[in-house]
Amino acid sequence: MNGVAPVYAPSPRGALGALGVLATVIRRDLLLALRRKSEVLTSLFFFVIVVSLFPLGIGPEMALLRTIAPGVLWVAALLAAMLSLNRLFASDYADGTLEQMVLSPAPLGLLVIGKIMAHWLVSGLPLVLIAPVLGLQYDLAPRPLAVLILSLLIGTPLLSLIGAIGASLTLGVRGGGVLLSLLTLPLYIPALIFGAGAVEADISGLGAAGHLSLLAGLLALAGFFAPWATTAGLRIALE
Amino acid sequence: MDNKIIHWFKFGSPQTFYPLAGKMVPWFWALAAIFLVVGLWLGFFVAPTDAVQGEAYRIIFIHVPASWMSMFLYVVMACWAGIGLALNTRLSSMMASAIAPTGAMFAFLSLWTGALWGKPMWGTWWVWDARLTSELILLFLYLGFMALQAAIDEPRRADKAGAILALVGVVNVPVIYFSVKWWNTLHQGASISMSKGSTMAVTMLWGMLVMALCFWMYSIAVALMRVRAIMLERERHTDWVKYAVE
Amino acid sequence: MFTANNLACVRGDRHLFAGLGFMLEPSGRLHVTGENGSGKTSLLRILCGLSLPETGEICWQGESIARIGDEYHKNVLYLGHHNALKEELTALENLRITAALADIAMEDKQGAELLGRVGLAGREKLQVRFLSQGQKRRVALSRLLWSSAPLWVLDEPFVALDTVAVTWLAGIIGKHLSAGGMAVLTSHQEVAIDGGIAQTLRIAS
Repeated sequence: MNGVAPVYAPSPRGALGALGVLATVIRRDLLLALRRKSEVLTSLFFFVIVVSLFPLGIGPEMALLRTIAPGVLWVAALLAAMLSLNRLFASDYADGTLEQMVLSPAPLGLLVIGKIMAHWLVSGLPLVLIAPVLGLQYDLAPRPLAVLILSLLIGTPLLSLIGAIGASLTLGVRGGGVLLSLLTLPLYIPALIFGAGAVEADISGLGAAGHLSLLAGLLALAGFFAPWATTAGLRIALE
Repeated sequence: MDNKIIHWFKFGSPQTFYPLAGKMVPWFWALAAIFLVVGLWLGFFVAPTDAVQGEAYRIIFIHVPASWMSMFLYVVMACWAGIGLALNTRLSSMMASAIAPTGAMFAFLSLWTGALWGKPMWGTWWVWDARLTSELILLFLYLGFMALQAAIDEPRRADKAGAILALVGVVNVPVIYFSVKWWNTLHQGASISMSKGSTMAVTMLWGMLVMALCFWMYSIAVALMRVRAIMLERERHTDWVKYAVE
Repeated sequence: MFTANNLACVRGDRHLFAGLGFMLEPSGRLHVTGENGSGKTSLLRILCGLSLPETGEICWQGESIARIGDEYHKNVLYLGHHNALKEELTALENLRITAALADIAMEDKQGAELLGRVGLAGREKLQVRFLSQGQKRRVALSRLLWSSAPLWVLDEPFVALDTVAVTWLAGIIGKHLSAGGMAVLTSHQEVAIDGGIAQTLRIAS
């Protein structure tokens, strides 16, 4: 006897399916990002500025810049990704929509995956796209540059996935922003090592395939575990 | 509230565990003291002077067991936290919170003694060696766990959130360790050879094992004392605490 | 049938309530009353499965809600203090997303008609942040019109509404109850709801 006729229009249930729900969540977050452009652009500008600061601090020696380029770009990407994590769940938490997501019949894990994908599209992908320009600032040769972009392409979703765990755990917590960085940055280290390492390995002629495949392996691992942990974190945060 | 919560283990409830823990603490302190005396005696007087490193190497009797304990305690902490999350037993979560500061202390001790050892051996306080770097990251993980728990006012939420973080951390620890090792070999950085291999005398191994036992007993004693304090603090409104304190 | 047994809730150091229980049959409604801070909202959040009670069990059709999980969520509609609307999205977009999360594909036409029914005709395409408090509440309340969830958990649903809207909402709840639905609600103002069997649960502090 489940279900009571709605007061108004009885609507058919099950019209969307899992993929439809996923698409809805992604579209919703993209639409929101589009309406608050400034927030999105902030982390991108942050990335560009941080990367551009290093030559000013270190000096314009091209040989040195070429050596540090992979590390600088990756660390900056790490920080930029972290900067945008606060937004991932916080506004949904504040206005009650997160509560409704937890209570919706759709599996929360699916909604979380949707939100993480949207987060990557908004804050990860732009970093990948702007990276070639910044790589040129550092005089990277075309091949290492291609490896860098590839490593960022595999690595930035990883950052979104791992960061989502931290974002869910620090939701509504005192000093959440700083705490979030304390929690997530150590977890980002393998991504940093394999990501930046891939470019260095390519430059030194060792070949980047090993690093990149390990990075992809980490992505698969995180793709499996992170939504689960994030879901648990969100449930705890809303209790 | 006269209905009892069903507990999985007899000593799973704080009011039965509190007096038991109180009785156990002195024993573990005593064991720790005995192992400390034996371990230091083995380390400082029995173990031979190293042909290459001289007397300075003797800090490994603190350094190596402290590193072992810091890693071991993280796993133990994650286990307690995981049990607390899965079975909703308050005591397990309290144990996890009680272990964290001790684990962090050992991680710090390991880094500190590592630096003290590094100065005379390699002429620098810090070497980006795979083990030292992993140990540093482990310390960060401990600090993150403690900071997260401290930032959440509601104890139950703090327990659960901490548990998720500890479990994520424990999955990550091997990944971090191997990635750092990989990074280290790629960069061919200064590698501190802590693998004793054939050069290590049997007495050295014994010294380190006994010191590890000492640290182990110490950790249990301190964790039990801390968990007793946490119990009193968290359950200060219940009747058993009032009796226990009187 | 919706039952709660021996519920207890602890927030930090405070024991909000203990030994609380009730039974709700189809067409039944439960008014939860109590002073500010007595734990009404906490109780409602426990009832819809957002938080766990310290002790006790909640059963939907004889099954513990902790066990059935998402299946239970199909049967519950929760309206909390927050309107659960995204300020930057229009009323219509909000409505469609909420419906999609409940696995319902809503046409723009249907959505516009629904918003017309809550008195927002002509404002469908306006971003929610430009609406007044009362209008935002109405957008949130429009969920009640299309939901087929038998159990409504409403936390202060009459807040921010004018007298006309209060009467309208009371009518909607009444219709839901007549159709065999159930409702658990808190309200600090007396509102007459026709239909259903009323119970009152007072949380004493």
